[in-house]
Order: sequence, then structure tokens, then C-alpha cells
Amino acid sequence: MIEGRITRVMGPVVVAGGLGGVGLFDVVEVGEARLAGEVIKMDDGGATIQVYEDNTGMRPGEIVRSLGVPLSVTLGPGLLGTIYDGIQRPLERLKASSGSFIAAGTKSESLPLDSVWDFAPAASVGDPVGPGTLLGVVRETELVEHRVMAPPGARPGRVSRIAPRGRYALRDIVASSDAGEDFRLVQEWPVRRPRPSRRRLAPTEPLMTGLRVIDILFPISKGGTAAIPGAFGTGKTMTQHALAKFCDADIIVYVGCGERGNEMTEVLTEFPHLVDPRTGRSIMERTVLIANTSNMPVAAREVSIYTGITLAEYYRDMGYDVAVMADSTSRWAEALRELSGRLEEMPAEEGFPAYLPTRLAEFYERGGRVETLGGRPGSISIIGAVSPPGGDFSEPVTQHTKRFIRCFWGLDKDLAYARHYPAISWIDSYSEYVEELKDWWDGVDPAWFALRSRAMELLKREQRLQQIVRLIGPDALPDEQRLILITADLLKNGFLQQSSFDEVDRFCSPRKAILLIRAIMDFHTRAEAAIKGGTPLPRIASLPVRERLSRLKSEVSNEGAEGIEAAMREVAAAFDAIGRAPAAEEGR
Amino acid sequence: MRGIEHRGIVHAEGPILVAECTERAGFGELVAVYGRDGARRVGRVLDSSDRSVAIQLFSSNAGLSLEETRVEYLARSLELRVGPDLLGRIFDGLGRPADDYPEILSSEFRDVNGSPINPAARVYPRDFIQTGISAIDGMNTLIRGQKLPLFSGNGLPHNRIAAQITRQARILSADEPFAVVFAAMGIKYDVARFFVESFERSGVLARVVMFFSLADSPSIERLVTPRSALTAAEYLAYERGMHVLVILTDMTNYCEALREVSASRGEVPSRKGYPGYLYSDLASLYERAGRIESSSGSITQIPILSMPNDDITNPIPDLTGYITEGQIVVDRELSQKGVYPPIAVMPSLSRLMKDGIGEGMTREDHKDLSTQLFASYARVRNVRNLSAIIGEEELSVLDKTYLRFGERFETEFLAQGEDEDRSIGETLDIGWRLLGALPREELLRLSLSLIERHLPGADGRTGGAGVSDGAGAAGGATASGGATASGGATAAGAATASGGAMAAGGRGADAKGGA
Repeated sequence: MIEGRITRVMGPVVVAGGLGGVGLFDVVEVGEARLAGEVIKMDDGGATIQVYEDNTGMRPGEIVRSLGVPLSVTLGPGLLGTIYDGIQRPLERLKASSGSFIAAGTKSESLPLDSVWDFAPAASVGDPVGPGTLLGVVRETELVEHRVMAPPGARPGRVSRIAPRGRYALRDIVASSDAGEDFRLVQEWPVRRPRPSRRRLAPTEPLMTGLRVIDILFPISKGGTAAIPGAFGTGKTMTQHALAKFCDADIIVYVGCGERGNEMTEVLTEFPHLVDPRTGRSIMERTVLIANTSNMPVAAREVSIYTGITLAEYYRDMGYDVAVMADSTSRWAEALRELSGRLEEMPAEEGFPAYLPTRLAEFYERGGRVETLGGRPGSISIIGAVSPPGGDFSEPVTQHTKRFIRCFWGLDKDLAYARHYPAISWIDSYSEYVEELKDWWDGVDPAWFALRSRAMELLKREQRLQQIVRLIGPDALPDEQRLILITADLLKNGFLQQSSFDEVDRFCSPRKAILLIRAIMDFHTRAEAAIKGGTPLPRIASLPVRERLSRLKSEVSNEGAEGIEAAMREVAAAFDAIGRAPAAEEGR
Repeated sequence: MRGIEHRGIVHAEGPILVAECTERAGFGELVAVYGRDGARRVGRVLDSSDRSVAIQLFSSNAGLSLEETRVEYLARSLELRVGPDLLGRIFDGLGRPADDYPEILSSEFRDVNGSPINPAARVYPRDFIQTGISAIDGMNTLIRGQKLPLFSGNGLPHNRIAAQITRQARILSADEPFAVVFAAMGIKYDVARFFVESFERSGVLARVVMFFSLADSPSIERLVTPRSALTAAEYLAYERGMHVLVILTDMTNYCEALREVSASRGEVPSRKGYPGYLYSDLASLYERAGRIESSSGSITQIPILSMPNDDITNPIPDLTGYITEGQIVVDRELSQKGVYPPIAVMPSLSRLMKDGIGEGMTREDHKDLSTQLFASYARVRNVRNLSAIIGEEELSVLDKTYLRFGERFETEFLAQGEDEDRSIGETLDIGWRLLGALPREELLRLSLSLIERHLPGADGRTGGAGVSDGAGAAGGATASGGATASGGATAAGAATASGGAMAAGGRGADAKGGA
């Protein structure tokens, strides 16, 4: 152990002398209160340390101890369903030990070491063992089988001993290799180093989210990266919550980074009662929460993102599809800025440090679909919220993020004002995964690509028409163009808008989504033909099937395809009736 | 060390002093600074090394000399003396009595900086607070334990709205201990006086704790004022089990004081000269609201901030909006139209509303009704823009209906008297009455069953509202969808009394308000 002394305290950044033998990014215990800290800079003035806990009252002269290891997280069964702070302290157990308020210097093991788990071996003596080898399984929750693996650094060899089926504590040895290594239920990994994988795979399978505007118009792949930028109040967190609840990933890591305390409480109170539409189990059984709210120490906010992604990589290595929600990456960037300011570094744009883009790139590159060291396919999808100041997307964090993500779901203030949620703008948003997902959709519904293109085209035309309408009013437009306005309204009300309060509509299966868009586009095709045939627009506008189409989303369940097909037949019948009775009486 | 004074400083600029280090000062430690006049000033340590100490003063630096200034390190951080006697008292920003009475009788102290609440120890807020203001109750509901700021501008009636909320706020079917904590930062004496009078008028003065750091106090004191106030609030809420409503005004002055200190320390500024840590700093205040498991009390915050130049993208409202659970935006245009309270419902938002309303809490139709009103009123804005260009006569029949809906929404729903205390039922009924004038197939955010039950005329019974200005005819003309739709809109029933009547007086002296 190396010991040094504090020479300067300036908020969460502390300088200490006598730590020449300590490595960069090593963990240190700072001061008499033994607060957790990390060495971030070394020069002749000493070691600069960022402190992860509130260090009010800390004085020069206090002791600093180095543990000689980088900041690491503990990985093993028991992570799921737990809420941690940014440095993986379990908040539930902190509450038990120090009450409703977080006191500095409180320690708690990330995983309770005395917890016991039912281990079932999956390897036998003599089997080859190496990085990522599956040794056995533990049922972590009803939903998730925890795969106990040899850590990435394991030396190649053969299994010399494997524990029989039974109950084991976290630190018990469950397997040994002839290379002289013992394997336990837990392992550690430094948060700032990506866990290795064998090779990268193409992200060709969609992450189904249950939100139509995403699944149909701007899809994301399993292993994809997406950003949700939006001004305050446009529903970033609501969208993140909806994704965490209903997307079809196996594991969710939700990082609340510098956001509101009540939002994390909401997740904690709501998720255990919510049932996954696919498995019928509580969604908390597949969720890990990292909460470093805005009033918690800023250095721990900086590291919370890495803690989250490391947990995600661990489950990915088991062969799971993991989705990471980072809410919000802007707060993380601001933490970088704040610490950089305290280090008196030369700022680049808007006070952010020059290494901001590098850090963003490193973070998003930890996502992706891979073949793991154990040979299993696994993926991490990253969905990062961005909170641009003033809702201005030209600011540095949004701009740099855009370089490293392939899916952009821009939130629109006007949509949010009209309480059109999710307020994902169909004009600003894009997804680069569309081409890669075409093959997958061909197996489900080959019409997806064509329907999507037609709907997008129609929405773009509507936006251009709206500019004209704003000047001269809709009545001056020819009937074909007014029809576009009508169909676009149908798309907005009956397809894009989705209420998270509505029991039926808050989660939409891909099958229902594609039928809904087909029904609306089918209406459009027929209406176009009718107008060409001389039917006046008001007769089409006054068709009762219009309201019917708008309400289908909340009236037809995910399984009830017949309801939508019936509505499509009604549309056909209505237009047939118009065709038979030409404009004799105007629909007044 | 306490009791030992060190003579001499090496640097003095703005609120920052630098002293040679003669003892090891703790970060954030409280410091007493004496000038040659002997007057005691209070400051705290910002940066402490083994060579020098940077001190931030909370009061004026006039008259401090390099040689004769004496510094005493007090070995504690800034604390507030707390006790049940806080109620009914007035303090300055640093928590010293400002009402000519002695210190309160208590030997308990709390660090004004507080500690972050463990997110796992929070209770998710869901209790509806009825403020009696339709624009808030109906559209942007206030929840007990919420932090909901008023975004306003100079010359707008934000103070009157805040006072009205304080007078009228109450929980349906509850009679629990409450208190109001009021922190004034850099506001004029008249404004503070207005609040005191308003508390007096509603008979709650004995349950109010006030922290005054008015415009003539040193700007730096404002940095501590909200912290003192929130420390008092936390004591009353979490240790005494009260429901505390905290009003912080004006947060803009607080942020400017923060900028002043940052600038004099030579820190790298981010937007508009504000320091990069403005977000974290504001969060350390706003996050001190909510409910916790270990106490029955709660803290509801209503910070007021004036947006410089009415610009909502200014860093102060912008960062506030990112931390608070919504915002109530006070609008100049509505105010100029003579609408009180001039609350712009579109940019306003209550994030906690969704879980605090609905069946069993307010009424089962509340969620869908408010969403529909938002959607319809959003359309009004587009129609108004169009009408400004092509003229009202050129509008389609439907658009004209929307235009009238918008007018009535502003004059009947938003506008109300300063003493008018509308029940949530009244508020929602007004909403339904207004929607009755729109064609039924425009009401896509409402389920058919809700429409059947609530929409005036939908099931044949007479509607609530009566403005027979042709809205009905307009509705009929566009609504040709089905036999059910159009009839209702013409139903011009007798106007219920609530629209213009002022439920005056009654609640004025009622001491059951509070959050």
C-alpha cells in the first residue's frame, strides 16, 4: 500500500503528494473519512484525484492510501433488480446502514458476499477452459439464467475440478483449471477498459421496442447505437422508460446520470409491477439500475456511465442481448467539463474539454453485436439521451454524438406541446439500420420497406404542403394535396402517436404496427383513386372510417389482427359505395 | 482553529480573499473575517492548499485591508439553528434573526448544504394538490413533493400567482400539519411585503418561515439564502412531519450571484458567462424536494425565476427546466390580453401529473381530457397564425370553430379571479363544456366511452355551457360523420355559475391551506 498526503483541496478535485508509485486511474482512499477517489493526472506537483463522495471539510495534510488497482466493478449473480450509485454502491443497503440521506464515507459491498446461489455445473473435468468458457449456470431471477464464465484473462488449460450441483456463496470456488486458476461466482473488471470479445458481427436483427415510430420508421438493431436529443419537457426520459419497459432485449441497464431523483424512484416503484409482454414476468427481473442523480457528487456521475456499460458487457458475454439506456449523456459531458474546469485545462467548444469527442466515441463503441470470447453471440444496444441547452441541436454534445451513433430520434418541442408522444420528429430523425434490417423484415412482412418509404414520403410532402397552407390556407389546395394532409393526420393520430397511459396502445407488436400502417396507406391509395375518378374530397373526408382508423390503435389488441383487417374491409366497402354512387349529393 | 485569529491576507478582489496558509483549513469550512472596523464578516473556504487559502465572503468586502484583516477558521461548515420555533420568524440569508427577536431556543444545528437524498429512500410523489387554478389543476397538476417552478418575466404577475397557490393549495380530503418556507433573494422590499401581507391575509403567518436577502443585501449572501431556507424546510418536513411548501424567489438573482463569484475566481465560463457547474449547483437546491420513506412530511418547491428578456432558452430557465419536474410558464401575450392568471399551458408541463391524477385521485376523465385540450389548443395556435395571414373570413368552417374554441378556452378556462378557488370538478367540467363546441370526430384523444359519459349533449342531456354564437352551426357543418356527432354542439344549456363567479373571501381566512 502506498500512502501520500493531501496538499490541496478544491472541491471534488484533490491534489496529493507522495503517490509517485500509483498508477493513473488507480483507486485511492482519500482523507480520514476514507472517501473513494481515482487518480486522474500525475505531474511534478503530485497526483490529482477526483473524489466520488462529498468531501466538504477535507483538509490539506490528510492521508491518501492507494489500493493499487484501477476502479473496478464486481460482477456476479445478484446484480439484476438492484439499484446502484455511480460507483456501484447498492443504494438499498446504503439506506439500511445510513438512512434516507447519503453520507460520505459509507461503504457497502456491491454484492452481498454471504448470499448463496444454486449452481449447476456446465463443464466437466478435462474440458478445455479459457477466456469466456461457460463453467456453470445460476438461476439469477426467474427470467434470467446467469452464466458463470471464466474471466477474459483466464489462462488456457483444462478443468481440473468442478463443483457439483449445490448452493455456493459468491466467493466459493466453483471450478479450477490445471493452469492453476480458481474460478468463483464473482469476478471483477475495471470499468474504463472494454471487456474483450472475439469478433464483431453485423447488426442485422432489430431491437423491437413496441413504439411504432421507432420499429417501423426509424428502427434500431440489436447492437445498434441511438441518441434521443430533446429540449426539456419533450419526453426523453419518458421515451427511455418506455424502451426499458417494452423493448425485447434480455437485459436492461438503465443509467440515470445526473438526472432527477424522483425519476429513479418512479422506475423503482413502477418496474416491479410491470409485466414483460413477452415473458409474463416482472421487468425488474431483467433490469439493473445505476442512479447518480444531479445532486450526487459530480465525479461519480462521470464514472456512472462506465459502470453501466461494464455491467452490460458482462451480460453480453453470457450471450444476451443487452440494452443500455443512458439518461442523460449531456450530464455526463457536463461532469467532464466541470472536472476539466477544476483541472484548469484548456477548454474547447463551450467550455467542454477537447477530449469530449474521444470519450463519446469510446463509449458508443462499447456497444455492438459480437461473438463473445465464449463463442456465443451477444449484443449491447446503447440508447443515449442528449439534453441540448435551449433545445439547440447545434451544441457540441449533440453534434459530436451524431458522429458516433447511427440512429437519431430527434424530439420535437411542438409535438410535445400538443402532447403528441412519443414526440419523435419524423422530419429530423433518421436510422442508418434500415438497409441492414431489410432481410429480417422480409421474413416477417416483405411489405415493410415499401410501406415505410411511402409513409415517410407522404409525411415529407405533408410538411412541405403545411408551409403553403400556413400562407394560403388548406382550401386553396387541389384535392390530391388536401388528401395528403388528411392521410398525414391519420398517420399522426392513428399510427405515430402512442399513449403510454393506454393499456392497449402503450406496447405495439410488430405485426399490429405493420397492419396499422398498411390500413392507413390502403385508405390513401383508395382515396387517391377515388379522387382521380372524380369524387370530391369532402365526401372522402366525411367517411366515418376515418375516425375508425384513428382509433384502431387503442381498440385492437396486439393479437387481434382481425380487427384491423375488418377495418380495412370497411374502408374498401366505403370506397366501393362512393364509386357506385357518384357525386349526386354533396356530403353536407 | 476556533478562537485563533490570523492577521493579514495577500489578495482581495470581489468576494474572494486569499490568505497565506497558517493552518490547514478544510474545504467548505466556515471562516470569520474581521476588518479594521472590527465588524465580523462570514465566508467559507473555496480552495485550500498547504500554501494558501481562498475564501469566499458572504458579505461586502469594503474596508478590508491586506495587513489589518484578521481571519478565524471556525472548524465547521455553515449551519442553521433549527427547532419548531422557526415557524413565524424572519431571518436573513445566513439564518440570523432579522425580526428584532432573539435567536430561537434550540441547540440543534443543521449543515445548510444538506446531503443528497438516497434515490432508493424516496417515495414517489402522487398526492394531488388542488391549487384552485384551472390552468394548473387541469393541465399541469401540482403534486405534493414536486418541484414546479414559475417561469416568468419582469412585470408579469408571478408573485400574485404564487401567493394565490399558497393561499389555496390543499390536499383533497386531508387535514395535515403544514408550513410555508419563503426565501427572498435579491427582490425588492415591496415584493417581500406583498408576500407577507398575503400570508397575513390568509392567516398563515404563524406557519411561515421567511429568509430575506433583499435587493440591498450583499449579492453573495444570496448564495446561502436558499440553502438556509431548504435546511429549515428539511427539518420541518423530515423531522417534524410537516408538509412544507417552499417558495424561492427570484432564482435569477441567485444565479447572477453565482456568476459573480465564478467570474472573480477566473473560472472558465460556459454559456452567457455562467459557470459550467451551474447545473450541478441548481440541482443541489432543487433536488432538496420530495418525500422520503422515513417521514410523513414532504417538501414541495415553487421556485420563481424571471427569464431575462422573456427568453426560455436562457441558461437559467433552461437548466432549471432540466432539473425540475416541469414548469409553469407565465406568458406576456396572455397577460397583455388581460387574462389572469396568464399561464401559457402549452410550454408548461407537470412531469408528475400522470401518476397523481385519474380515478381515485382526481377524476377518471382527467388524463384524457387534458390531453385532448392540449391537442385542440395546439391546433388553435396554427389556425391563428393562418388567420393572421389570410384573414379570418377565409378560414374554413372547422378552423373558425377552433378559433372560437381558443378564445373561450382563454377567457373561460384559463382566466379566473385572484380569489376564485375552483374545485377540480369545476375545472374539468369547464373543459368538457368547451370541447362540446368542437366536432366530435376531432376529439380523437378521448375514448368513446368518456365522450358518452361527459361530453355535453353526447348522450342527449343538456350541456353545461351556453355561448350560442354559432359554434353549434359550425360544428354541424363539418361533422357529417354520423348521426351521433353534430347534435351535441348546439345544445346550449344554461350556463353553470362557475365561469365568472368569484368564490371569493371564504378561503381567505382559512388556515387549512398549505402543501
